[in-house]
Amino acid sequence: MNAISTLILVPLAAALLIFLVPNDRIRDYIVRISAIITAVMTVVVVSLYFDKGISFNYPFEKAIDYVIALVEAAVAVYIITSGIRHKKYLVSFFSFLQTPLILWFEFTQKREIEVRNAIVFDKLSAIMLLVIGIVGSLICIYAVSYLKGYHQHHVHYKVRIRFFLSTVFLFLAAMFGLVLCNNLTWLYFCWELTTLCSFFLIGYTRTKEAKQNSYHALTINLGGGVAFAIAIVYLGTQLKTIELSELVKMSPETAVLIPVFLLSLAALTKSAQLPFASWLLGAMVAPTPSSALLHSATMVKAGVYLILRLAPLLGNTSVGKVVTFVGGVTFLLCSLMAVTRSDAKKILAYSTIANLGLIVVCASVGTRESIWAAILLIIFHAVSKSLLFLAVGSIEHQIGSRNVEDMDVLLDVSRRLSLYMIIGIAGMFLAPFGMLISKWVAMKAFMDSNNILIVIIIAYGSAATLFYWAKWMGKLVSNANKQENKDQIFHKEEEIPIFILAVLVGISCFGFPLISKFALVPFLTGMFHANALVPIGTSDVNLMLLMLSMLIILPISFIPIYKNDNRRRVLTYMSGENAGDNKNFRAAMGEARRAEFRNWYIRKYFDVKTLTLWGNVVSCGILVTGVILLIGGLVS
Amino acid sequence: MMKLLLVVGIILLAPLLGGLLTGIDRVVTARLQGRQGPPLLQPFYDVLKLISKETTEVNSMHRFFVYVSLIFVIFTTVLLLSGGDVLLAIFALTLGSVFFVLGGYASNSPYSTIGSERELLQIMAYEPMVLLACFGLYYVDRSFFVKDIIASPYPAVIFLPGVFIGFTYILTFKLRKSPFDLSMSHHGHQEIVKGITTEYSGRDLAVIEVTHWYETVIVLALTYIFFANANPFSHVLAVFACLVIFFLEIIIDNTFARVKWQQALTSAWVVTAVLSTVNLFILSYFR
Repeated sequence: MNAISTLILVPLAAALLIFLVPNDRIRDYIVRISAIITAVMTVVVVSLYFDKGISFNYPFEKAIDYVIALVEAAVAVYIITSGIRHKKYLVSFFSFLQTPLILWFEFTQKREIEVRNAIVFDKLSAIMLLVIGIVGSLICIYAVSYLKGYHQHHVHYKVRIRFFLSTVFLFLAAMFGLVLCNNLTWLYFCWELTTLCSFFLIGYTRTKEAKQNSYHALTINLGGGVAFAIAIVYLGTQLKTIELSELVKMSPETAVLIPVFLLSLAALTKSAQLPFASWLLGAMVAPTPSSALLHSATMVKAGVYLILRLAPLLGNTSVGKVVTFVGGVTFLLCSLMAVTRSDAKKILAYSTIANLGLIVVCASVGTRESIWAAILLIIFHAVSKSLLFLAVGSIEHQIGSRNVEDMDVLLDVSRRLSLYMIIGIAGMFLAPFGMLISKWVAMKAFMDSNNILIVIIIAYGSAATLFYWAKWMGKLVSNANKQENKDQIFHKEEEIPIFILAVLVGISCFGFPLISKFALVPFLTGMFHANALVPIGTSDVNLMLLMLSMLIILPISFIPIYKNDNRRRVLTYMSGENAGDNKNFRAAMGEARRAEFRNWYIRKYFDVKTLTLWGNVVSCGILVTGVILLIGGLVS
Repeated sequence: MMKLLLVVGIILLAPLLGGLLTGIDRVVTARLQGRQGPPLLQPFYDVLKLISKETTEVNSMHRFFVYVSLIFVIFTTVLLLSGGDVLLAIFALTLGSVFFVLGGYASNSPYSTIGSERELLQIMAYEPMVLLACFGLYYVDRSFFVKDIIASPYPAVIFLPGVFIGFTYILTFKLRKSPFDLSMSHHGHQEIVKGITTEYSGRDLAVIEVTHWYETVIVLALTYIFFANANPFSHVLAVFACLVIFFLEIIIDNTFARVKWQQALTSAWVVTAVLSTVNLFILSYFR
């Protein structure tokens, strides 16, 4: 019990300490040490309770309730006033709506409800904790070095590194709380804290765009928060429980499905599904470590985590179908839109939304295999995506651009960085790597549960996914010569977290049968009260591991071949008009002109505006259908 | 021991079959065009000659990718022909294709880069249909394993006529036949020279040619799966079906002009959407 409380308190204490220490050097050490302690604590907690799990309540539950209520009220005052000051009245309105509602509930209705297990730790929490703790602390260590470089590149931004790092640690604490709390009012509190942290970090640079986008994100997430608050009040007053584990045990009747729908709505806003996706794209103005941590690896996973928890009540119910199709539409359209982007962070953002969509689909289909796939997707996506974000952050410092088109020189600038990048991209879509394994199992599960339309949607989305990742990879291997001398060095402090993440991509791929055996299968067996099986046959797993080994061995085996390479080098074919080298050709009047190669973005085909519009229309339609079905269910 | 022999046999015999098919293709094509055409074994002579020629390169990187591509295509062939998981085979094949595309990018030359872009576009065009064909087979036979699919009481094509027609449509991409040979044509009269393979010569080009032989075998093996079932006679029928499809592709190759990428992408996606959706939905209705 104490270990779990410590796990939440460590990053909280770190956040406070970082906020109070003005000295840069000391603060950097505090950040690194706290990050390491957090990671170690996570591993300790998980290894302590992994086998049996643990659920308990604090004897001083009331005291915690009061502290939470106090903080909630303070946050609400802050949000409402700053909303009014910046003329973002919707923000104030949402906050004004939910906080009094929750406080009223807290002080009048909740007294009659007994909470038995405020904290529940099971194998799913363990996996989430490991993802948050390990990936989170790596990103923190990276952030220290990154932010220094960031402010060298962007001299006109006010240096607020202390604020940034402190917020990140506060966020980690909130995130730990979010996956551990079973008491929905506490979970809601952590949920709102992550929203607040996200708001702070998006607005970090205080430029007009950053402010605009931070308020946009806040508006949408607070809107989700309103749904969450109403769900809690409904649950407490109608069903007399505020425990997530109790809700999940109920049978899927309309009365139960109403709060489930509201909670799913909150989850969809958090996980940036259409029609709420726009905030995540705007969130990319934040410095890269926060994009990596909040907007791809952890915070947005909170939404899918909640849907995973609710999975027993989704499945074939009307709410389940609604959530499934929203996820499917999001996956397809965001994959198509990613094709048209050349800004690396935008591609990563679209891909994140798309993959979250896929996880939402898997979780809400709710069969054993699909949930198996969903949990693995969370792990693989967190590791690969944070690797990609961090690598892009460093690339931006190295080549001064995060445009994919400019990355053709990367191999010349930093071989290691391009290798990390290639590993990350391969992890996102290629065969023996994690994402594809999970996608495969997921599609099989959809086929088994007769979700034909979803399979077709995912087949198309996957094709687009392959296109945009592969062309990015193409730029990375194209080995163009750099134009000017590099001015930046690739700091060790940046490289170490990136290196560890790259290793983690490999480990998670080699280790997924173990994760499956020791965590997923027992978890699913408990969840479904029936024996769960590994959805992939052993022979296939072995073949995949063989492929993975081949991918590692083949490049190495080529080294001796290259050692005694004595082939004749020739110029590339430019219809015989090379101007002496591979870069220039003889244009009209014999002048040398630079040959430039550009990727395809087929913007006319996958026009972002049209696709976004249609995506929003369709997903809104699906959600409205869900509401109508629920009302219909109530009436009958 | 038997397994090892099987694997070695597949690795050795598949390219022989593929080369022979390519030879037949060239003879038939020539006859369709009113020419005498080369001897049947010409593809083998070509490859042997390529191996004996000097291999030049534009940088040290680009050759790596075609070799890796070959290895994964061989992996796919072995997996398919030994009765393995058809979906895993497709994934391995995709991996091989992606490496091939990366080879084009790594050449860093104008024509091969355009070829790579087009090849990626082609992959995007045919990938949904290939995946849906696999899932269709799974839907019918409840197994991804080739050995299970060909042991079922009925041939899969009875349940999946739409999927099969759609699959035939995208075979043209895989066999690099006109009208969908945008990224690299077999004929040296393309507007982007030889597309992805522009910068390859000698031994490396021979490897690419052999890779294509394997790919031909893979494509026909996939066709075969649609027809073969527990009835021994069906295997004869399946071979016949493969030959018909192959012949059909040659005729299409010689009849149609190369289309623009827009038409290739749209038509493939529309055909996939219509045929597979209708087919699979009807199938799910009867379930």
